Amino acid sequence: MKGLRRFVDKIKPPFEKGGKLHFLHSTFDAFETFLFVPNTVTKKGAHIRDVIDMKRTMIMVVIAVMPLMLFGMFNIGIQHYLLQPEFSGNTWQTIIPEVGFWKILWYGVLKFLPLIVGSYVAGLGAEFIFAQVRGHEVNEGFLVSGILIPLIIPPTTPLWMVALATIFAVIFGKEVFGGTGMNIVNPALLARAFLFFAYPAHMSGDAPWVASGSADIISGPTPLASAASGTFENFPSVMDMFIGFMPGSVGETSALLILLGGLFLVMTGIGSFRIMASVFAGGFGMALLFNLWGANAYMDMPAFYHLIIGGFAFGAVFMATDPVSAAQTPRGKIIYGVLIGVFSVLLRVLNPAYPEGMMLAILFMNVMAPMIDHYVLAGNIKRRQKRLKTIKTEEV
Amino acid sequence: MSKAGKTREPLFSAKNMKLLSNPLSKENPITIQVLGICSALAVTVQVKPALVLAIAVVAVIAIANVLTSLLRKMIAPRIRIIVQLVIIAMLVIMVDQILKAFVYDVSKQLSVFVGLIITNCIVMGRLEAFGMGNPPWKSFLDGIGNGVGYGVILVIVAFFRELFGSGTLMGYQIIPESVYDFGYENNGLMILPPMALIVVGVIIWVQRHRDKELIDKS
Repeated sequence: MKGLRRFVDKIKPPFEKGGKLHFLHSTFDAFETFLFVPNTVTKKGAHIRDVIDMKRTMIMVVIAVMPLMLFGMFNIGIQHYLLQPEFSGNTWQTIIPEVGFWKILWYGVLKFLPLIVGSYVAGLGAEFIFAQVRGHEVNEGFLVSGILIPLIIPPTTPLWMVALATIFAVIFGKEVFGGTGMNIVNPALLARAFLFFAYPAHMSGDAPWVASGSADIISGPTPLASAASGTFENFPSVMDMFIGFMPGSVGETSALLILLGGLFLVMTGIGSFRIMASVFAGGFGMALLFNLWGANAYMDMPAFYHLIIGGFAFGAVFMATDPVSAAQTPRGKIIYGVLIGVFSVLLRVLNPAYPEGMMLAILFMNVMAPMIDHYVLAGNIKRRQKRLKTIKTEEV
Repeated sequence: MSKAGKTREPLFSAKNMKLLSNPLSKENPITIQVLGICSALAVTVQVKPALVLAIAVVAVIAIANVLTSLLRKMIAPRIRIIVQLVIIAMLVIMVDQILKAFVYDVSKQLSVFVGLIITNCIVMGRLEAFGMGNPPWKSFLDGIGNGVGYGVILVIVAFFRELFGSGTLMGYQIIPESVYDFGYENNGLMILPPMALIVVGVIIWVQRHRDKELIDKS
């Protein structure tokens, strides 16, 4: 450790002000603060001394998605082998001993790892270039976006598309607004939206969800896709869907692990419980309303199914709670969350063009969040003014 | 004709050329004045319709500006908007008929947007701001300048949208088949209107980056 510190100190001078390599200052700074705690101290203004800084916050989210990621990779392998003709007729319980745990996991790792590397390299590249040109520090914000992006896209997405979408999201979702903390929408979701609209064939429908093996393309629809087309014969059991043994994006299949991750975020005080709970409540309530209506098979689907299929749970726990783009006021958070739930189920059931409503619902509410906050604040001010008036009149 | 003491301005004096060149950069109708955005979003999916619409708008602005300028002393101020509208509407109908006669398929593609030149803010804006107070020749140059300034942006946006959205330019395949075999695909988002907005945004960004004077102070 000491040797590393000495090495960093030794190569530091050219990057200081006036040094030869000063133009690379922010890159150097990023790596130095990555390795060591920075020794700058806040001097002005009110501040709270706390162990939680932005880097810590980001790392907590990354830790929360880790189990999800590992399970997701395993699930890719399972779904792949289940579709191979020589293993047909198996279920996930029987296929694990037949193929071998490590072989399954290894297959998933090989499919998933390139996506993470692609997203990080492209996104951090864009971040570093912007930091250099603008002369500010490299922000940590991308640590989380970089891992969320591969979790919410199909594992079969070509690498260059991932890279392109990531760069687009970083530049137009974040940097043009002024960098981390200034974005109006969630950058990871923006990347997914970019892919969804730019390359729809890779993002929805039956084809992309299951990593196909060799040349012959084998595919299976996700429960969400079959629900949208009104067929419920091949539906996995509720328990399988809850644990996550179903086709889908890496991060979204396991509702169980998502809930564990959410619990971790709430316990550490990073994710907002209000938002998570109200998204689930809103979605469930809307699904119940559709049950009452019951005009087609999709509307008759049990309401809680909505919460465990597709990206609903993942969006509620990891996407809607993004502290920058969500509503800030306590009451605003509830309105924001409930509307996300309502809109996502509404989109899923009523709009066949968008089988996954969660992404669009969250993006839409991200844009609306400042307005919700504005009216919550205005309402609060009005209420207190009224109270002030009644007190005054009582005194007189 | 000119009397002593009052020298006549040459046709292509520096001042007149400014009328022509300013709208191309510092007073560009789309990127600086942010006028005529709707048609910039709607017709820029392919280069060909964008080019045709650009030419149509150039013709309409230039001729309407000249006509307004010729009539400017006769128009009663209270009814000037009506008169301007009549002039523009007449020209737009003529343009529409010409397009239908000679480039029918493009005219089909442009559909309502030819008719909507009437409501294009740039046209009205120039008549009101320039044609009503300046002699015909200057008005002509100003009309051409603004029309071309509008058209250039339209064609640039259409260039990127067609190239990345369909892999073609003016309808000809540009991106070779071998690239597609390699795994490349056309970007569907480029065909959708939001991307036009983003491309216009990038043009504004690049322009203000090169010319810092244009950056708004807030």
